[in-house]
Formats: sequence, C-alpha cells, structure tokens
Amino acid sequence: MSPSARPPIITVDNLAKRFGDVTAVESIGFSVAEGSTTALLGSNGAGKTTTLSILLGLLLPDEGTVTMFGEDMLRHRYRVLPWMNFSSPYVELPRRLSVAENLTVYAHLYGLDRVGERVRAVARDLDVESLLKRPTGDLSSGQRTRVALAKALLNEPRLLLMDEPTASLDPDTADWVRGFLEAYRQRTGATILLASHNMAEVERLCDQVLIMRAGAIVDRGPPADLIARYGRRNLEEVFLDIARYRGNGDGGGTDQGVLPVPQ
Amino acid sequence: MSGGRTTSRGPGALSWRRMWAMILRHLYVLRRSWPRLFELAYWPMVQMVLWGFITTFFLEHSSWVVRAAGVLISAVLLWDVLFRANLGVCLTFIEEMWARNLGQLFVSPLRPLELVSSLLILSSIRTLISVAPAAVVALPLFDVWVFDLGLPLIAFFTNLLVMGWCIGLVASALVLRFGLGAESLCWLGIFLFAPMSGIYYPIDTLPGWLQPLAWALPSAYVFEGMRAVLFDGLFRLDYFFSAVALNGLYLFLTSALFLYMLRRARVLGLLLQQGE
Repeated sequence: MSPSARPPIITVDNLAKRFGDVTAVESIGFSVAEGSTTALLGSNGAGKTTTLSILLGLLLPDEGTVTMFGEDMLRHRYRVLPWMNFSSPYVELPRRLSVAENLTVYAHLYGLDRVGERVRAVARDLDVESLLKRPTGDLSSGQRTRVALAKALLNEPRLLLMDEPTASLDPDTADWVRGFLEAYRQRTGATILLASHNMAEVERLCDQVLIMRAGAIVDRGPPADLIARYGRRNLEEVFLDIARYRGNGDGGGTDQGVLPVPQ
Repeated sequence: MSGGRTTSRGPGALSWRRMWAMILRHLYVLRRSWPRLFELAYWPMVQMVLWGFITTFFLEHSSWVVRAAGVLISAVLLWDVLFRANLGVCLTFIEEMWARNLGQLFVSPLRPLELVSSLLILSSIRTLISVAPAAVVALPLFDVWVFDLGLPLIAFFTNLLVMGWCIGLVASALVLRFGLGAESLCWLGIFLFAPMSGIYYPIDTLPGWLQPLAWALPSAYVFEGMRAVLFDGLFRLDYFFSAVALNGLYLFLTSALFLYMLRRARVLGLLLQQGE
C-alpha cells in the first residue's frame, strides 16, 4: 500500500494562529498518512515553524483542531507525546552536559527501560559513540545535528517532526542525515514531517509537499506532480514561482494549485 | 573606495562615535526592559530600608543581643535558608532557559507539575548543600551551634524552605513571561521580603502600617519563633501553625501562577524564543 493510501496519523483542520495583528497561520488543513514523509515548504515567515510548534504542543492555536494518533492533541497531548519526537538545529540540548548525560536525561524523560543500553544503541546508529563523553557545547554543527537526531530517536518515535534537519550542515553530513532518515523510515515505518528550505532534500525524501505562503497552504501534492503541473524542471523552480507570485491578497492563491502556472 | 563617510583619525585614535554606539547598544536593551530599569533603583532602596530598621532597633535596645548569644548568627543562617531555597528554584529553571532547552523539555512527556516538583526537590538539595557548611563553620568561628535550637530548627528550616520555593516560583514565572532580562528578579526579589521578615529585629520595630503586611509572611513567624526559643526557651506553636497555613496557601497560589505562565508561554510562543 502506498503511503498516501494509508490512514492519516496527523489531521489538521482549520488551524489559525495570530500574534497581535500578525497572522502566522490562517485556516490551514492537511493530513499526513502513516509511514509517509511530508515536507512543509515555504519562505521565511510562511508559517512552517508555527505549524510545527502547534503540532508539537509548544504553541496553542487560536482556532482549529489537531488530531494525532486519533487523539485530540490540544486536549490529550500527554497521550501522544511518548510516540513522537522532535529535532531542530534551533532548539538546543544543554551545552554543559556531555552527550551521554543529555541522552540519559531524555531517555528517562521518555520512560525508557535499560537506559544505558538504549543510549549506546542510538549512539551507535547515529555514529556518535566517540562523542558520548564530550560536552555537547564543544561539538561542531554536524556533530550536534547527529546528537540531536540521536535524542529524537531515543524512543523510536512513530512520528518524527523536524525543523530544517540539514540546515548549516556540509553537503557530506547533510547527505548522511538524509540517508539515515530514509533508512529509519523504511526500517520502522515511521512517519516524518519536516520543514525545509532545501528543495533537493524534499524531492529526495518526501512523498508529499505542503507549500505555505503567508500563513496559508497554497499548494500541495507529490513533488513530481507539482513539478509537472507547474511545467518546471525541479521543485526549486516551483517554489520560486510560488514565492514570487504577486496575486491578490496575502494568501497568494488558493488551496488547489490555482496559482497561475507560468507559460 | 566608495561607501559611507568615515571619521576615523587613525588606528590608535579613540572614537566617541564607536563608544556612543556601544552605549546606545545597551540603552536599547535598558529601554525595552522594565526589570533592568527597576533593578537599578531597587537594591539601594532595599538596603536603606533594611539597615534603617536595624539601626532604629539597636539604638533603642543596645543590650538586646547580649541576652541571647548567637541570635544574629542564627538569624543570618536561617535567612540564608530562605534565600537559597528561592535561588534553588530560580536557578534550576533559568538554567533551562540559558540552555535553550525548554522547547526540548516540553515536547517530551514531562508534565508541568513534574517540572515544578523537580524544581522544589532540587531547591531542597541545593539549600542543604549551601547552608550546612556555614552552620558548621559558625561553631569554631563564633561559638554558635545553630543546632542548639533543637527540634524547632526543623520547623523553622521547613517553613523557610517552602516560603523560598514560593518566591522562587513567582520569580521564575516572571522570567518566563518577560524573558531573561528579568532574571535579576531571582536574586533581588527576595530582598523585598527582608525588611518585613523581622530577621534581625522584632516585627513591632516596623511602622504600624507595615506590621500587618509582615504578619502575612511565614518568615515573620519563623524569626519571631526563633527569638522566642533563644530568649525564652519557648517553641511557639501558634507561630508555627500560622507559618504552615500561610505557606500552604502561598505554595498553592504560586504553583498555580507558575503553571498559568507556562500555559501563557504556549499561547504567546515563548517556549521557543529564549535568550536576550
């Protein structure tokens, strides 16, 4: 069964978040099928991080519902949180703790059994065993990203949310991270939702793309479909068409690919 | 070379412009941070009030200390319990903000009440580590053995510990709401209660209008109770139960405030925006 045919693990309906006069997210809705990898694409300020933060429960929406694993995330997030995890280069782990100490703390927070064993296993998977005794603050960005990923995989999440998983990484490390995520999804059947600015990464990893602009989802679909529909060579060109479109209203278009396709 | 005009007069010359730029950089911070502005005026005012009351009392009761040796040292040690308990809560919480770790913590299954409980436990450990060595050192230096207070010491310690937790929870809630610009509240906030706690002088030294406020603080009952033990050898159960009742009420209210601020932080998106 293709990922898109599976039941949704995330269902978002009519979600809205405003900060004073600024609308961060306006009436968005989408679903993410179990076992799929979905990308939130959009320029800076498009609403990707706001959407991720709401899904994680770090931010409360003004309107709308979020259902995850069949639970109302806004009411029963503690039933859902043990099944998911999160990784972002912008949310750090305590720098003064060693890598092993950080992983141990989070293994306890997730209530894992045989903590030491699990920490060593995840460190081996992420190739950070040699870093276990080093202070997290002393690591390079590539090492820190792998450690953050190790923390995110401690509980073998069925749902992994990621904010720009390869930001500020060199091409070699970024490629390694992408390969790891692909392998993880294939091995465990996990669902991945990521926000990214890297179009090649999205083309490689994702079954589905949600393109955001000014707080709204302005188009969606599998990468190949979007490229074909816009008559472009790759997703980056599609992204630029949408980002540079000057349509009526802030939303820049509607939800079903009605942004004018360049001729 | 095209570009902006420069007023530099050589590599060694001091530039008023650059110094002004640095002053401006910090004025921008001060201007936007009421806690920082408040802090500038706060400390001198608290010191003046506290030492003013101490001076007033000792001018009228110069032989007071002679009657109970060690009363001031015991008061200092007990005050430190309150101070360290407050700091224990604040520093443990702020450490997570400094480390930009709150976002990670709140996407884990950690519940807010579990966070509060862990802050209180860590505060107790930090307080014991802080105060115990000073209490021991007071014996060879000043011939004061605070443990001579006996079992009442446990009552005093526990009440001050809980009151310190309450102040720490309020300060932490404010730092979460207003950002790390307000972190000095953790160190300074507690001194607001020092003049009214009657640490070094009886509550009746305070002006009449201030005394009801003082009696609303558990610390006032503790320090009056300490003096009752040292001067009269009497453990005042009425003071003890008053302090326990007030602490119970304040712990409930301040925990509720902290939990409310955590929820507000989720509404305002503060859990991912930490730092300056």
